[in-house]
Amino acid sequence: MTYQLDFTSLGAYWPQFLAGALTTLQFTLYATALGLVIGIVGAIARGSHVGWLRLVAGIYVEVVRNTPFLIQIFFLFFGLASLGLRMPIFVAAVLAMVINVGAYSTEIVRAGIESVHPSQIEAAESLGLSRFQIYRDIILKPALERVYPSLTSQFTLMMLMSSVTSQVSAEELTGAANNIQSVTFRSMETYLIVGLLYLLLTLLLKAGFWGLGQVLFPRRRRLGTVL
Amino acid sequence: MPTGFNLNYLIYLFQGMGWTVLLSLLAFVFGGLGGFLVMLARISRIEAVRRIANVYIQVVQGVPLLIILFIVYFGLGILGVSMPPLVAAGLALMIYCSAFLGEIWRGSVEAVPRTQTEAAECLALTRWQVLRDVVLPQAIRIATPPTVGFLVQVLKSTSLVSVIGFVELTRAAQVINNTIFQPFAIFGIAGVMYFALCYPLSLWSRILERKLNVGRR
Repeated sequence: MTYQLDFTSLGAYWPQFLAGALTTLQFTLYATALGLVIGIVGAIARGSHVGWLRLVAGIYVEVVRNTPFLIQIFFLFFGLASLGLRMPIFVAAVLAMVINVGAYSTEIVRAGIESVHPSQIEAAESLGLSRFQIYRDIILKPALERVYPSLTSQFTLMMLMSSVTSQVSAEELTGAANNIQSVTFRSMETYLIVGLLYLLLTLLLKAGFWGLGQVLFPRRRRLGTVL
Repeated sequence: MPTGFNLNYLIYLFQGMGWTVLLSLLAFVFGGLGGFLVMLARISRIEAVRRIANVYIQVVQGVPLLIILFIVYFGLGILGVSMPPLVAAGLALMIYCSAFLGEIWRGSVEAVPRTQTEAAECLALTRWQVLRDVVLPQAIRIATPPTVGFLVQVLKSTSLVSVIGFVELTRAAQVINNTIFQPFAIFGIAGVMYFALCYPLSLWSRILERKLNVGRR
């Protein structure tokens, strides 16, 4: 039996592919922004002097990092539905992604915060900076600059991971592919195209994060050195 | 009609857990073999080989595992070979692991100081001898913590093969949930099972990292 790959019948479906890719990007954008916020808050909590805060943040990070994303989504999506709480699939998918990537960001940002030398903080204290100023200017800025590469690669991984949300019928790129292949019966061709699109999205995201880094960290751009 | 959660369901979940462990081991062993080849290709002296290996890694790491899984699953179907889902799942996971492990191990090999290689070359060891007797024993020490850490990643990613109908832990949980619809309890238990598998590995990786004192990142 020989099989001929035939991409022509898929030509008509390009708007669906495009819409799926855009939704994936949208998911990634929201989850990146919110995940970063959780990461920063979580990292501060993990290094806090308040015992229970440290404990809660620690449990959150370990639970999320040691269970599969698919189980997290099912737990959240079907679990909340069983409580009678129905939310749009878009919200549920982004929520699951944020919870997941927030835990990884927490660990990454924490590593950055721990890399700030204590003498820097002592110097800032003796200059009379407030706690907020110290956190913002002395700790977080250099910490984020230092872990920026790890953070962005984590967010790129999250974009790839968003494909899993198709399992609770989110209409992102993989979800679109599932629909298209079930109509055209051209599964192989569909997934090859989608694989290529994901590859393009990965490159796009990497380039975008690189450009953003150039804008956000002028010091690094001018000196060409890492902190 | 649906009753509550009972012992039979728990046994079914444990069976799924067994398949998850088996699949992870398969993926890790075969992915490790592939990863070793990828690593060799990445440090090859022939530029074309290095390039091809790099493209392979970029492609596999730039496409979701779910899509790799679908391509392998439907690809095997197209080739006309009817395979049990275990083979498709194992193959996809092997491809996925080989790219990541290859990259981890290349980093470890390159982290061994260059002077070691140079000294070994001065002793007129062949390239293979240099790698086997001088570089690899040192690289293994560096590679162990991230490799154990990656095992956690492998365990978690096996949950995705549930989409092609392979009944491992996640699929088992789904099947039970479809019967009695108690998502919090069932996916909670499945989550605890995954946690029980992954957390010791995470801890072990962290302890190894501290012991070998390789503070990378």
